[in-house]
Amino acid sequence: MALTWFQKIKQGLTKTSSRLADGVAGIFTGKRRLDDDALEELEEVLISADLGPAMAARMVAELAKNKFDKEISDLEVREAFAAHVTSVLEPVAKPIAVDRTRKPHIVLVVGVNGSGKTTTIGKLAKHYSEQGLTVMLAAGDTFRAAAVEQLKVWGERTNCPVIAKETGADAASLAFDAIQQAKEQNVDLLLIDTAGRLHNKTGLMQELQKVVRVIGKQDPDAPHDTIMVLDATTGQNAVQQVSVFGDMVKVTGLVLTKLDGTAKGGVMVALADRFGLPVHCIGVGEQADDLRAFTANDFARGLMGLE
Amino acid sequence: MFESLSDRLGGVFDALKKRGSLKAGDVDAAMRDIRIALLEADVALPVVKDFIAKVKEEAVGEQVLKSVTPGQQVVKVVHDALVGLLQSDDQDLTLIGEPPHAILMVGLQGSGKTTSTAKIAKRLTEKDRKKVLMASLDVYRPAAQEQLKILGEQTGVATLPIVAGQMPVDIAKRAMNAGRLGGYDVVMLDTAGRLHVDEQLMAEVAAVRDAAKPRETLLVADSMTGQDAVTVAKSFEDRVGLTGIVLTRVDGDARGGAALSMRQVTGKPIKFLGTGEKMDGLEAFRADRVAGRILGMGDVVSLVEKAAETIEAEEAEKIARKMQKGEFDLDDMASQLKQMRKMGGLEGVMGLLPGVGKIKKQMAGANIDPKMMLRQEAIISSMTPQERRNPGVLHASRKRRVAAGSGTSVQDVNKLLKQHQMMAKMMKQVAKMGKKGKMPFGLGGPGGADLSQLMGGGQMPGLGGPGQGLGGGQLPPGMGGFPPGFPKK
Ligand SMILES: Nc1nc2c(ncn2[C@@H]2O[C@H](COP(=O)(O)OP(=O)(O)OP(=O)(O)O)[C@@H](O)[C@H]2O)c(=O)[nH]1
Ligand SMILES: Nc1nc2c(ncn2[C@@H]2O[C@H](COP(=O)(O)OP(=O)(O)OP(=O)(O)O)[C@@H](O)[C@H]2O)c(=O)[nH]1
Ligand SMILES: [Mg+2]
Ligand SMILES: [Mg+2]
Repeated sequence: MALTWFQKIKQGLTKTSSRLADGVAGIFTGKRRLDDDALEELEEVLISADLGPAMAARMVAELAKNKFDKEISDLEVREAFAAHVTSVLEPVAKPIAVDRTRKPHIVLVVGVNGSGKTTTIGKLAKHYSEQGLTVMLAAGDTFRAAAVEQLKVWGERTNCPVIAKETGADAASLAFDAIQQAKEQNVDLLLIDTAGRLHNKTGLMQELQKVVRVIGKQDPDAPHDTIMVLDATTGQNAVQQVSVFGDMVKVTGLVLTKLDGTAKGGVMVALADRFGLPVHCIGVGEQADDLRAFTANDFARGLMGLE
Repeated sequence: MFESLSDRLGGVFDALKKRGSLKAGDVDAAMRDIRIALLEADVALPVVKDFIAKVKEEAVGEQVLKSVTPGQQVVKVVHDALVGLLQSDDQDLTLIGEPPHAILMVGLQGSGKTTSTAKIAKRLTEKDRKKVLMASLDVYRPAAQEQLKILGEQTGVATLPIVAGQMPVDIAKRAMNAGRLGGYDVVMLDTAGRLHVDEQLMAEVAAVRDAAKPRETLLVADSMTGQDAVTVAKSFEDRVGLTGIVLTRVDGDARGGAALSMRQVTGKPIKFLGTGEKMDGLEAFRADRVAGRILGMGDVVSLVEKAAETIEAEEAEKIARKMQKGEFDLDDMASQLKQMRKMGGLEGVMGLLPGVGKIKKQMAGANIDPKMMLRQEAIISSMTPQERRNPGVLHASRKRRVAAGSGTSVQDVNKLLKQHQMMAKMMKQVAKMGKKGKMPFGLGGPGGADLSQLMGGGQMPGLGGPGQGLGGGQLPPGMGGFPPGFPKK
């Protein structure tokens, strides 16, 4: 039952891609002239992979530039799309750059409810501990029932200390305490969890801004990374989410979770195109090892159902 | 970016109207706009195609073409068709037969199952006077069982004691047993999040179903879900069998097309909407509400509810009375500013309003700043009561004093006064229009009057009107009346 990580990501991405691949294949039985009808159908297939109407239109236009009215096969179309997606994603595929001299390098993890923030922190804790860094976790979700307990379990699993207060405590002051302790204990990396919040809730977003301000008072460069966690099943609303979180708390990078399902995470292409924010890694399961680097080519080829 | 279907179709049909005849190309253009609107709202492609085929005939029929505003008529046709598809007769929980009735909650990871379990339990307890027991079958996610236990404590609903190491099917059996022995009416079974492609976990939940024989099996799904919603819903329907859907995070601003996809592909009713993290954030499903959102017409119902929540009734009444007389002084303006801030600022309000696509864009361009509203409140509060009632007395030296007192500039004070004048003028119009029951300011577009008709007549006039009651509640005064040129940075 245990799949290797390679199988897992491939399984995730190819399952992810099958509808798109099937869609393109359905339009092109063998070769077909790339006419307006074909272009329109292709555009829809891209939209059905969550790329969004705007991105889909651009990709189709790009294809038409070279191939309009020419005979083209299903495979050629997918190759062309994959190349386009790769070119969009290549510049954003960047791992987190932890600076060990900072002691601590402070990472704030944000996002809407249930996207996978706490789990991603657990995975990052494992990853960086294994790299030989000392990692500390801060249970900044002081709102949701048992959020603190959840992070504590991740602390136990990864052997990392967890700084926590009771539910209902002030998230900003928890962050403050955590930074103090991280400094005292000479920790390399401090990962701060936050409560899930919808971007359109001004009050909650202001509360998050306060957390950022308090962190900034301890170290003017901090948080050194503000990572937004996105669920791959999310549709076009992701654009709005990243836009608002970006404006309010200066998001510096993204993590895409739940790519082990059938969701394509196609909205990532639109996000990369529009915001150009680094995509650090992807989540492919619920366990501590289910974290992968984000690579443009793999993602693009997977999305288009190519080997 | 695409704004609203009515804006788009308006264009297509305006051109058509001028020509006075319909060509095949026009129909295609209109259908394409509807298709893109639905896709952008995350309705799944196959569902969109189906839908278009259904509405095509009616959308370009006589009725529409004879209408003065064919664009709006098409939107109405589409809206009504959406409502028809979303709606169903069996939106209530069906808890008949011998208790205890099991309700099984299933869905993807993080969709809101545990939270919705507790919300529904609370509702059944308080509203339907049921005796409810909750049990968490989530033995996988860290602290999942504790989460439900805490929610039980918060809501005063009993939870099944946690037995470490027990597996889901056994917990389900124990829960049903405890339900029988304890004389419970309902046993709510919260399960772990699972991917529909995870064979092992799908088999497990099927086994739970067989053990508990649930009266209701609810798929809990996020309203932000994209195109994958069809695959997910269909898999859960095929493997577990559903009786309904709970749509969560409707308090967000997603267009929510997934709702239509899931309803279509499973044929099962949407029963509840999750509208917040808190335990009272649960509502019965309303088709018109979701349809309006999918079409980008805003969520009028939410707006009214939100306003009712945040605006003190007394204050609203006071302003409403004044407004009916066409009065609007700086005190009224200050209280409006405050209320708007509470409702999440201009953007929060605008996001919920129908037909404000264009305005919203202008506002985004104008860089409206919530801090500016605070500053404006400060300016007003630095004035004497007399000045606030009668801004005419504010000459140069008084303005300097007010600016100094509020930490702003005379220019800022002038801007505010000008804006107040504009608002006061509009309030006079409101007073006039309110008498006719018409919507003031057309809510920013040609869609105004038609939209009100479309959203069920009575609602819209109330929205902008000078405080006519809506559903008994007090209305936000001048809701539609945020004037052009609202504070800029
Ligand atoms: N399949 C899968 N599940 C994941 C992944 N990442 C997280 N999850 C699951 O998604 C659910 C939500 O994850 P959390 O980490 O609690 O999400 P969160 O963003 O912290 O949630 P809130 O704090 O409630 O806003 C849990 O059941 C996780 O196990 C992933 O990459 N794949
Ligand atoms: N804003 C908002 N948040 C919600 C709503 N329903 C649930 N949430 C939040 O979404 C997050 C996940 O909710 P849970 O109830 O833990 O989700 P779950 O499906 O049980 O998650 P797993 O058990 O990990 O699969 C939490 O932060 C909840 O507070 C809703 O209707 N609106
Ligand atoms: Mg969390
Ligand atoms: Mg749960």
